[in-house]
Amino acid sequence: MSLSEEQVGQIAYLARLSLSSDELQSNTKDLNSILSLAEQLAQIDTDNITPMAHPLHMTQRLRKDKVTEEDQSESFQEIAPQTGKRHYLVPTVIE
Amino acid sequence: MEWETVIGLEIHAQLNTKSKIFSAAATQYGAQANSQACAVDLGLPGVLPVLNKEVVSKAIKFGLAVDAHINQRNVFDRKNYFYPDLPKGYQISQLDWPIVGEGEIEITLGDKTKVIGVTRAHLEEDAGKSIHDLYDDFTAVDLNRAGTPLLEIVSEPDMRSAKEAVAYAKKIHALVQYLEICDGNMQEGSFRCDANVSIRPMGQEKLGTRAELKNINSFKFLERAINLEVERQQDILEEGGEVVQETRLYDAVKHETRSMRSKEEANDYRYFPDPDLLPVEISDELMAQIKQELPELPQEKKARFIKEFGLSEYDADVLTSQKPMADYFEKMIVNNADHAKLCANWIMGELSASLNKHQLELVDAPITADDLSLLVSRIGDDTISGKIAKDVFKAMWDGEGSADEIIEAKGLKQMTDTSAIEAIVDEIIANNAPQVEQFKSGNEKILGFFVGQAMKVSQGKANPKLLNELLRKKLS
Repeated sequence: MSLSEEQVGQIAYLARLSLSSDELQSNTKDLNSILSLAEQLAQIDTDNITPMAHPLHMTQRLRKDKVTEEDQSESFQEIAPQTGKRHYLVPTVIE
Repeated sequence: MEWETVIGLEIHAQLNTKSKIFSAAATQYGAQANSQACAVDLGLPGVLPVLNKEVVSKAIKFGLAVDAHINQRNVFDRKNYFYPDLPKGYQISQLDWPIVGEGEIEITLGDKTKVIGVTRAHLEEDAGKSIHDLYDDFTAVDLNRAGTPLLEIVSEPDMRSAKEAVAYAKKIHALVQYLEICDGNMQEGSFRCDANVSIRPMGQEKLGTRAELKNINSFKFLERAINLEVERQQDILEEGGEVVQETRLYDAVKHETRSMRSKEEANDYRYFPDPDLLPVEISDELMAQIKQELPELPQEKKARFIKEFGLSEYDADVLTSQKPMADYFEKMIVNNADHAKLCANWIMGELSASLNKHQLELVDAPITADDLSLLVSRIGDDTISGKIAKDVFKAMWDGEGSADEIIEAKGLKQMTDTSAIEAIVDEIIANNAPQVEQFKSGNEKILGFFVGQAMKVSQGKANPKLLNELLRKKLS
């Protein structure tokens, strides 16, 4: 399996990354060599192997359902580019 | 051409936990903007999500209630897209290993039942809220809702009409309230439905292209939006066109659906397992504990109502269709075990009609179960007739006091004194000679005239049974 420059361009767009044509070329090359490395797995029979969801052999710890967070919105809003009436403001999103 | 409608529903039920799914911020509705959005909810660098145990328990409860397989090992994934009310740029959700696997639920439509498949139910976090009409040049974002736990319940495309879809949605709505895992408040968005709608020529196996309807916040709108969409697709296909797979927004004010083109190209979510969260392992002990704690479910309650109180299938079905109504009935029955049918009739009759008329929910009814129970007792012990009881009910609704107080104050006590009724009967017979003749010559129907007259004189208070007996005795 290999990716075309067009596909890499699409992935970059979905991630909102702007790539120059040089960057597009080199990224496509890099991604394809990563893919060919991963391709080695295709030669192994993985039918009875559970797909790995996490590299650590541990399971998720669960938290008690308790509210311990306090309202820190003032300090959070200080670092926001724009706020108003307690809201975060962003350029108009038209639906 | 004859068309067949195919509908599948995606229901988002907000789980009623105190804190969020991955953070310890509060989930209370209606709080001051952004006061309940902590660093985790805002997606600030360096934070780590930690899963809320209650969220897991509530999802398992739902799974058990729809006979689903519970995936004791399940995994959280990142669903990537950009929108201002999703600060991290991804929503934590579950794709390949959801917590609840395949299950099913039975719906009733008229006297027919049908089993609807539940494909899966998975856990995810809600996004924040974008407010578009607060500023001319900005969209305002409130992130209080970001991170609120959601259980997304996905059905099989098993429904064939808007009515079936509504019946299924109502059933799930009642179930999550029975389980006490979601408050079911549709106005506040705690229970939201998206409908996948397509049509195909009757008899064709292959599914048609579907449209996804969003923004539906009531059962009434769900039915309308689906019917509207079916018409739209029929028009397109009958004119030789093709239905486009897209998301459409339902506008209840204009009663139309319109395309949300902006979401189309973003439909590639590039899911991958979230490295911040480890796979969830649900222990057998937790499974056993939740199974034990599972409350009585609607179907079980219905069966018990029929067996224990001798209710009809229909009555038991209506009473158990919503938990508040079943609770109301059970409270009433405590002191009225001999009058179960009467209790059921009053809830499904006068009470439901008054609630409808005033557009109130049962929990907001001005007459409590205990109040209504007393009224039914007074019918049961012959203090008042069923007809007078309706007037008492009205007075109770208007806050004039308890059933006993109203009966006393208005002097509504039924006349059970034989001699008093006898006097009235004698008077009426004396004053209506022609009608007496008619009765004697075999016109049985005229008896109703005498009953009416006697009720008029007694102001409706004569005991109907006694009155009938006395009339027949005196007339013959």
